[in-house]
Amino acid sequence: MTWSNDEIAKLVEPDRVHRKAYVDPDIFDLEMERIFETLWVYIGHESQVKNPGDYYLAQVGRQPMIMTRDANGEIHVLYNRCPHRGAKLCTAHSGNARRGLRCSYHAWMFHLDGKLNNMPAMQGYDGTNFDINDPQFHMKKPPRVDNYRGFWFASLAEEGQSLEDHLAGSKLAFDQLVDRAPGKEIEVVGDCFRMVQQSNWKIFLENQLDSSHPGVTHESTGHAALTVESDIKKHGEEPPMAYGFLSDFKRIGFDGWTKFGTVGYPNGHATLEGYMGLRPTDPDTNEYVKRMYEAYGEEKAEEILAVDLHHVLVYPCLSIQPPLQQLRTIRPLGPNKTMTEIWHFRLKGANEAIYQRALGYYYLVNSPSTMVNADDLFNWWKCQQGLESDGGDWVSLHRDYGRDYQEDGVWHSAPDSMSELPLRHMMQAWKTYMTANGKGA
Amino acid sequence: MGEAALKLVESDRFALTEVSVETQLAVERFLFRQAEILDEAEWDDWLALFTEDGHYWMPAREDQEDGEGVPNIFWENLDIMRMRIRRNTHPHAHSQSPHNRLCHVVSNVIVEKVEANGDVIVRSRFHCAEYFRYQVRNFTGKYRHYLKKTPDGYKIALQRVDLVNREGPYDYVMQWWV
Ligand code: FES
Ligand SMILES: [Fe+2]
Repeated sequence: MTWSNDEIAKLVEPDRVHRKAYVDPDIFDLEMERIFETLWVYIGHESQVKNPGDYYLAQVGRQPMIMTRDANGEIHVLYNRCPHRGAKLCTAHSGNARRGLRCSYHAWMFHLDGKLNNMPAMQGYDGTNFDINDPQFHMKKPPRVDNYRGFWFASLAEEGQSLEDHLAGSKLAFDQLVDRAPGKEIEVVGDCFRMVQQSNWKIFLENQLDSSHPGVTHESTGHAALTVESDIKKHGEEPPMAYGFLSDFKRIGFDGWTKFGTVGYPNGHATLEGYMGLRPTDPDTNEYVKRMYEAYGEEKAEEILAVDLHHVLVYPCLSIQPPLQQLRTIRPLGPNKTMTEIWHFRLKGANEAIYQRALGYYYLVNSPSTMVNADDLFNWWKCQQGLESDGGDWVSLHRDYGRDYQEDGVWHSAPDSMSELPLRHMMQAWKTYMTANGKGA
Repeated sequence: MGEAALKLVESDRFALTEVSVETQLAVERFLFRQAEILDEAEWDDWLALFTEDGHYWMPAREDQEDGEGVPNIFWENLDIMRMRIRRNTHPHAHSQSPHNRLCHVVSNVIVEKVEANGDVIVRSRFHCAEYFRYQVRNFTGKYRHYLKKTPDGYKIALQRVDLVNREGPYDYVMQWWV
């Protein structure tokens, strides 16, 4: 069906959302057009293309993109398409093309900034309308490309908010990712894990800040981790800190989960406060804090380390955990299929133990053998199954509705609540974008 | 780098070593029994297959030489294995109900090296069908074992598992070792 703005707006009420928002294929197409192919969407981190000639594939909505680094060290974002007969140019996720990108079909050659360099048997174009300097024969550039602190984004809208204005309060995620490095730089570790969720992209975002789910969804893992920890302690040893990230699921309990506030920033971004106690006083952490003091001075270092965040959602495509150096980006594939790229970063200048600790979390929570996300993925798939049925029309977002409060344009959850604020907040942003007909916001 | 990982790096991964029929049979019997333990979910026996500091390792990339300090698909010592068994068999391991069922075939068993102390490096191929949530999915790949010779028979110091589709994407999660 075709959806009018009025019909779209009716899908989102202040405290509930119609199931069609998650399952309708035409709504999905409109989301691609008005959200993913309009807003700033994450491409990748500069360290993914470390050396001249490096390239990395990305996706903006339905558009295949490629990020490159040219011989001068400049980063470019281009459509991954050959302007000759339209073939996709690169197919490997990443690689190095120091001498330029070469199409496998008829060998048109492109510079890393997308300009056409040459091709075999060029004399065949003499006297035709073909002109090697005409941009229509170059790889197309998205209308807007920008980066914030080394994190690259593209927007397919000609006009709209600048990247920084769009990121608004969520800039904190990137500041925290970078500033937590005593060396003031970070870089990706290896390749990302690519995991497909059998569910709508919004279900993933909604889960990230949902503090009412971990104790239930992850009960088995919390219990198992707690048991193993206590077995290790019985032998007089200290369990690795990463195990504690899992046993928290059991330890915290429903009362505990009410202690972590959520915040809703303009443009749909949101955060959940930290709960993992990542500022312990063990020798490894002390050594790290010492390096931070040396790098920034005590006052500034304390300011950086005082920020306690679990997740930052950068609408519509990122979930970032700065204290654990992790970033997940989503690439929606269909109303019921979502690709995630899960990245881990190394803090330059930090001691190895800090890296290992975060890597432990990355493994236990985000690897393809995860004992944590396994049950999340399962619940999201179940949500998708239920929402595709006629068993009911609405999704409830009522928890603590009416008790959130606003300060300077930023929403805060009521104290001691597991408010569904972030869910309501994101869906209100969704409604704004979806009824703006792709004009940005 | 752990001792067993170093041994795997140092060994020629294409080497064919002349071994006695007894050694070949003992190594094969060990690998077949390991597969059976997974298929039959005999978790105490599974844990007993490994040395105290043994690891089950599924690298995320071919060029990885060690599981330490890098992202892996599996990198598990006995503590994490115990955690996984407890978690997967917990009544509220939601995604694991109904439980899966595995069926392995292990083949192409080539003893690569026999150390002076009787330790063995052996490589093999496996195919594993998993019945999970009323569907069958398949895992295929290579094993490379560093087996320590102990008074109780062989024990796994390191098992490297290279899945043929290592780089993903993964449209499922792997909850049991394959
Ligand atoms: S389609 Fe690329 S060179 Fe012809
Ligand atoms: Fe979860």
